Amino acid sequence: MPFVNWLRRRLVVIAGLLTLGYLLLPNVIVTVFSFNKPNGRFNYAWQQFSTDAWKDPCGVAGMCGSLSLSLRIAVWATVGATVLGAMIAFALVRYRFRARGAVNSLIFLPMAMPEVVMAASLLTLFLNMGAQLGFWTILIAHIMFCLSFVVTAVKARVMSMDPRLEEAARDLYAGPVQTFVRVTLPIAAPGIAAGALLSFALSFDDFIITNFNAGSTVTFPMFVWGSAQRGTPVQINVIGTAMFLIAVLFVLASMAVGNRRNRQKA
Amino acid sequence: MSTLTEAPPPLRPAATERKAPRSRGRWTPYWLLLPGILWLVVFFALPMIYQASTSVQTGSLEEGYKVTWHFATYWDALGEYWPQFLRSVFYAAAATVLCLLLGYPLAYLIAFRAGRWRNLIMILVIAPFFTSFLIRTLAWKTILADNGPVVGALNSLHLLDVTSWLGWTAGDRVLATPLAVVCGLTYNFLPFMILPLYTSLERIDGRLHEAAGDLYAKPFTTFRKVTFPLSMPGVVSGTLLTFIPATGDYVNAELLGSTDTRMIGNVIQTQFLRILDYPTAAALSFILMAAILFMVTFYIRRSGTEDLV
Repeated sequence: MPFVNWLRRRLVVIAGLLTLGYLLLPNVIVTVFSFNKPNGRFNYAWQQFSTDAWKDPCGVAGMCGSLSLSLRIAVWATVGATVLGAMIAFALVRYRFRARGAVNSLIFLPMAMPEVVMAASLLTLFLNMGAQLGFWTILIAHIMFCLSFVVTAVKARVMSMDPRLEEAARDLYAGPVQTFVRVTLPIAAPGIAAGALLSFALSFDDFIITNFNAGSTVTFPMFVWGSAQRGTPVQINVIGTAMFLIAVLFVLASMAVGNRRNRQKA
Repeated sequence: MSTLTEAPPPLRPAATERKAPRSRGRWTPYWLLLPGILWLVVFFALPMIYQASTSVQTGSLEEGYKVTWHFATYWDALGEYWPQFLRSVFYAAAATVLCLLLGYPLAYLIAFRAGRWRNLIMILVIAPFFTSFLIRTLAWKTILADNGPVVGALNSLHLLDVTSWLGWTAGDRVLATPLAVVCGLTYNFLPFMILPLYTSLERIDGRLHEAAGDLYAKPFTTFRKVTFPLSMPGVVSGTLLTFIPATGDYVNAELLGSTDTRMIGNVIQTQFLRILDYPTAAALSFILMAAILFMVTFYIRRSGTEDLV
C-alpha cells in the first residue's frame, strides 16, 4: 500500500497545510469580495465583478476619516508604549531594586486579563473622573495595554545581550550616554522594533477596549462594527485587502534587504 | 590622633569615586520604572479598585451612585446571568481544544518539516493580522452562509443532522448557532496558539528525535514520549493565550451568533454601554476577572510550569 504509506508520512504536513488554509480562507474571501457589486446594503453574497470600490476607496462617508484617526492613535500609542516599555525592560534586566515581584506582576496581569474587564474598569475610572471620552481616553487605554507587550519583547532581547560589551565600551572611555547610544541601543534595537510593531498592530486593530472608552469617536474597527449593523460597504474589503498586501510586501522587502546585507557580509 | 585623621585621605578619593556611580545607579532603575509603572497603576490597577467600588454602589444615573456595600448585586447578577458565564467557559474551552488540535500540526510543520518554506509559512500565519479582525470575522458570514458551500456540503453529508441533534447547530443553518461562534473564536485565536507552540518546538534538539528512533521508538511513540512533553511550555502558554481572550470575547458571539449564543462579554457590553446599569456590569466584570485568575492559577499549578510567568 504505497499510497497509504505516502499519506501516513505526510499526515502532519497535510494537517498543517489544512490549518493554514483555514487561517487564510477569510482573507481570500475579503479579497474576492472587494471586487463584488452587492445587491443591497450587505456585502455577504456574490453578485457580479466590479472594480468600483477600488476606484473610489474613500467613497463611504466617514470611513477614511476613521482610518486616519486609527493610524494617528496607533502611531502615538506605539511611541508612548515603546518608550515607557523599553525603559521598564532595561530597569528589569540591568538593575536590582525593591518590589521586583510587584513590578513583574503589574506587567504580567494586563496580558492575563480579558480585554472586556480592562475596558469596563477603565471606563468606570473615566466616568468617576468625569473625563471627556474621545481621542485622549483611547490613546491612554492603548498605551496601557501595549506597554506589557513591549516590555516582554524588549526584555527578551536585552536579557540575551552580553553585559561585557557595555563594560568593554566603558573600559574604552565611553561615557554612560555614549555607551548607551553606541552599544546598548543598537543591540537592543531588534527587540524594540518588535515591540513597536506589535504595539502598532495591537492598537490599530483594537476593538473591545476602544468600544468602551471611545465615546462617540469612531476609529476604523468601530466603523466596521457599526457597518456590520447598518450595512457593509465594499470599501471595507478594499481597505482590508490593501493592508494585507502592504504588510506582505513590507515583510518581503525587509527580508530581501536582510538577505542582501547577509550576502554582502559574507 | 593625627595619624588617624591623616591615614584615610589616600583611600577617600577612590572610595567616593566608587561610591558616586553606585549611588547614581541606585536610583536609575526607579527613574526608568517610574513613568511606565505609574501609567499601569493609574490606568490598570486603580480602575480595578474603581470597578470594585462601583459594583457595590446603588443609585440611578440621574441621582448618582453611592457606595452602600450592596453585595446583593453580585448574587442577582450571578442568578440572572449564570447561563452566559457557563456558555463563555464552554465555548472558550471548545475553541481552545480546537486551536490546539489544529495549531499543533501547523506549528510542527513550520518547526521541523517546512525547510526553505519556513519563512513563507511564518509570514502567511502572521499576515492575516494586518487585516482588521472584524473584517475577517465578517468574512465568516459569507463562508457559513445558508446557501453557501459549507452548509451545502455538511447538508449533503447529513452532518448537519448530527450537529443539530447535538445542539451545535439549528435546522439547516450554521450561522447564528454555537458552532459558528466556536468556529469564529477558534479562527480568531489560532495564531496565539501556533506562535508559542512553534517557539517551544523550535527549541527542541532534532537529535533527540533521531535518538528516539535509534532506540526503536515508532514515530508516534517519539511524539508522545519526547516531542510533546518538551513542547509543554508552548502548550500551556498557547492555551492560556487562547482561553483567556476567548472567554471575554463578545465580537464573535455578536457577529456570528444569535441571542441564544450570548456570552458574558456581550452581557457586560450591553449593561455598560446600552442599559447603563453600571453596578451590575461592574459586578459581572469583577466575577469574570476573579474566575479567570482562579482558573489560570489552578491551571499553571497543575501543569507545573510556574516559571512560565
